[in-house]
Amino acid sequence: MSSETKQILTTDGIPLEVSLKKAERKNKIKAFLLVAPLLLFLIITYVFPIGDMLFRSVDDKMVTQMLPKTFKAMETWDGQELPEEEVFAAFHEDFIKLVEDKREGKLSTQLNYTKNGFKSIIKKLRRASKKFEEGNYKEQIMAVHKRWADVEYWRAIQRRAPEFTGQKYLKGMDMYVNEEGKIVSVEEDRRIHRVLWLRTLEIAFFVTVFCFLMAYPIAHLLATLPMKYSNLLMICVLLPFWTSLLVRTASWMILLQQQGIVNDFFVGIGLVADDNRPEMMYNKTGSYVAMTQILLPFMVLPLYSVMKTISPSLMRAGKSLGGTPFVAFWKVYFPLTIPGIGAGCLLVFILAIGYYITPALVGGASGTLISNQIAFHMKSTLDWSFASAMGLMLLSGVLVIYWLYNKIVGIDNIKLG
Amino acid sequence: MASKKDFVKFDKVDKSYDGKVLVVKDLQLDIAEGEFITMLGPSGSGKTTCLMMLAGFETPTNGEIYLDGKAISSIPPHKRGIGMVFQNYALFPHMTVYENLAFPLRVRKIPKDEADKKIDKALSMVSLQGFAARMPGQLSGGQQQRVAVARSLVFDPQLVLMDEPLGALDKNLRESMQYEIKHIHESIGVTVVYVTHDQSEALTMSNRIAVFNDGKVQQLSSPDELYEKPVNSFVAEFIGENNTFGGEVSDISGGKCKVKLANAEILANPISVKGKGERTTVSLRPERALINPSTKMDNLHKGKIEEVIYHGDHTRVRINLLGNPEFILKVPNSSSNLDIKLGNEINIGWNSDDARALDPK
Repeated sequence: MSSETKQILTTDGIPLEVSLKKAERKNKIKAFLLVAPLLLFLIITYVFPIGDMLFRSVDDKMVTQMLPKTFKAMETWDGQELPEEEVFAAFHEDFIKLVEDKREGKLSTQLNYTKNGFKSIIKKLRRASKKFEEGNYKEQIMAVHKRWADVEYWRAIQRRAPEFTGQKYLKGMDMYVNEEGKIVSVEEDRRIHRVLWLRTLEIAFFVTVFCFLMAYPIAHLLATLPMKYSNLLMICVLLPFWTSLLVRTASWMILLQQQGIVNDFFVGIGLVADDNRPEMMYNKTGSYVAMTQILLPFMVLPLYSVMKTISPSLMRAGKSLGGTPFVAFWKVYFPLTIPGIGAGCLLVFILAIGYYITPALVGGASGTLISNQIAFHMKSTLDWSFASAMGLMLLSGVLVIYWLYNKIVGIDNIKLG
Repeated sequence: MASKKDFVKFDKVDKSYDGKVLVVKDLQLDIAEGEFITMLGPSGSGKTTCLMMLAGFETPTNGEIYLDGKAISSIPPHKRGIGMVFQNYALFPHMTVYENLAFPLRVRKIPKDEADKKIDKALSMVSLQGFAARMPGQLSGGQQQRVAVARSLVFDPQLVLMDEPLGALDKNLRESMQYEIKHIHESIGVTVVYVTHDQSEALTMSNRIAVFNDGKVQQLSSPDELYEKPVNSFVAEFIGENNTFGGEVSDISGGKCKVKLANAEILANPISVKGKGERTTVSLRPERALINPSTKMDNLHKGKIEEVIYHGDHTRVRINLLGNPEFILKVPNSSSNLDIKLGNEINIGWNSDDARALDPK
């Protein structure tokens, strides 16, 4: 049949495809061996730790393992009335073991995350449990503190039974599972995370806009100036890259503080009164100014690399065909820079959304971002699972933006250089 | 063509980029309406600068350019209404062919149905019907070039500038495009100013050619005159092939002059020499010299064949003649080939009319 392609053989009679694969196999193995050390390094130092860290955000085995017998006994409990004696007995047994291992403090911390008020009653229970008699633990434990007789607290313990939990994610959205098992928002005066998320998005968005507005003319100049000037300008753009981030942020602190250079200048030219110097640091302004300056090169470079490829004759053609300089720019030049704009904006936005040191130093209370909150939980409260939950939420946010970008502009249109 | 003789007029135009060197010197050039004029010259001779001044992307340092009687130095490029074809086509890569052609019509606010008609006409002129929806990147170099030509003509400009438009094409395509552009010019009668450094392109296409060198027009004349009657040795050298003899005028009379070379004397046609004792370069086209001429010629000398190069339709023979070892002859390849063998001594003859005594190099 003519439609059937005949198998092509090499001169030795081996099918061509087999022969080709054989010839390429060696190269493939070589290539793999070359990248293998790096691959291994990445798996050990990057994939594994990050996976482990992200796993912590849903891992809730700790309480499950501390109170195994209790949770077993609770399986039949419907959660309406106070549990039966066997649950109390199992809880007592688990608790005595924890006291022996001196781990009851951890239990109290963990249970306190679920419901406030566990810390003191567990301390009391520890003291009282030394004098407990055998049998009838329900009576004895309920006598320690009236909360032990409250069914709410037993429900709180029951909620910690599963090995995995999504409650850290809910907490990141200022929500929690209430006593009835419904997902509800926390009281309004305790909602801190939502504000932070919104502020993070807002600051990242405006930093991106400012960077774009400032970088576009710079990149255009870079791409069109004669070599000797453009090199100098390029060095000016790159110079901040070669300076430590901390140094740059610190210099903004010097510039922006109330007795700083910028304020002195404003007073000097009579823009503001000496006794009414504006606060430009430890608020959003500080974050905006410093982050825009620091992230500017990330916008300039992709824009520059795209503009460099646009032939000046295109603008000339636009003008010679009768377009005013603005029309030639808007209809011809600008559309051609969109890949650079996309790349720059995506880069700056993603970097800004996870920015940490600069807002921590110049942002003050109203200029900090979600990453500062993550750091706070990593370093101060040591609630790593919460920190990693928020980290994953941030990561998914970035992925969503990336996906949206791909839908709207197309990721093939991106050009980083 | 009954039309204005000075449709475009360069009036004493000077141009300098750095204030030290004049790229264009005292340019005086009239271009008639409907004419196809080519600015020809080596790179750096100022021809592209002239075109850019005409298009409005450069301003003359001194002097004025007139278009249809109006001084245009202060008119920005987009108001001049001059079509332009760029060296690298300069098609807008993010627009389809249709959108590229629609651009000049849209900015002129021409209604869509009228614009569509114009675009159809322009595309059929370059035989690219059916390509309207393509992106420029999907076209071959020649097709892109045609789109560029169509785009420069679609808004019916009176003047079209072409800046080495065929430079990026291969030889065959370039030749067929030359004819195509020439035919378009003939059929619509638009004035074309064409810049190139390729002399065969210039000779094929133009009504008149302005040969540029060193910021000046060396000669402005029709292709045949330029080739047959170059007025100075730069033009003679630049256009076509050329054999030269450097010498001194020893006698000048009756429209002829004797030029004394190192060890001989030849008869020549005095073009830019006036009197005895002047240094001169005598220029002779290779095809005007014959081997063993049957008719009588007033120059007849013996030379030794140094090299024979086969060129298909003709053979080039390099001869050491009168102290010039680079004397080239073109011999048509016919069955009755003469005694052309390396090392042979042969007789070479030419008429003194064809040997033009020009300025010394």
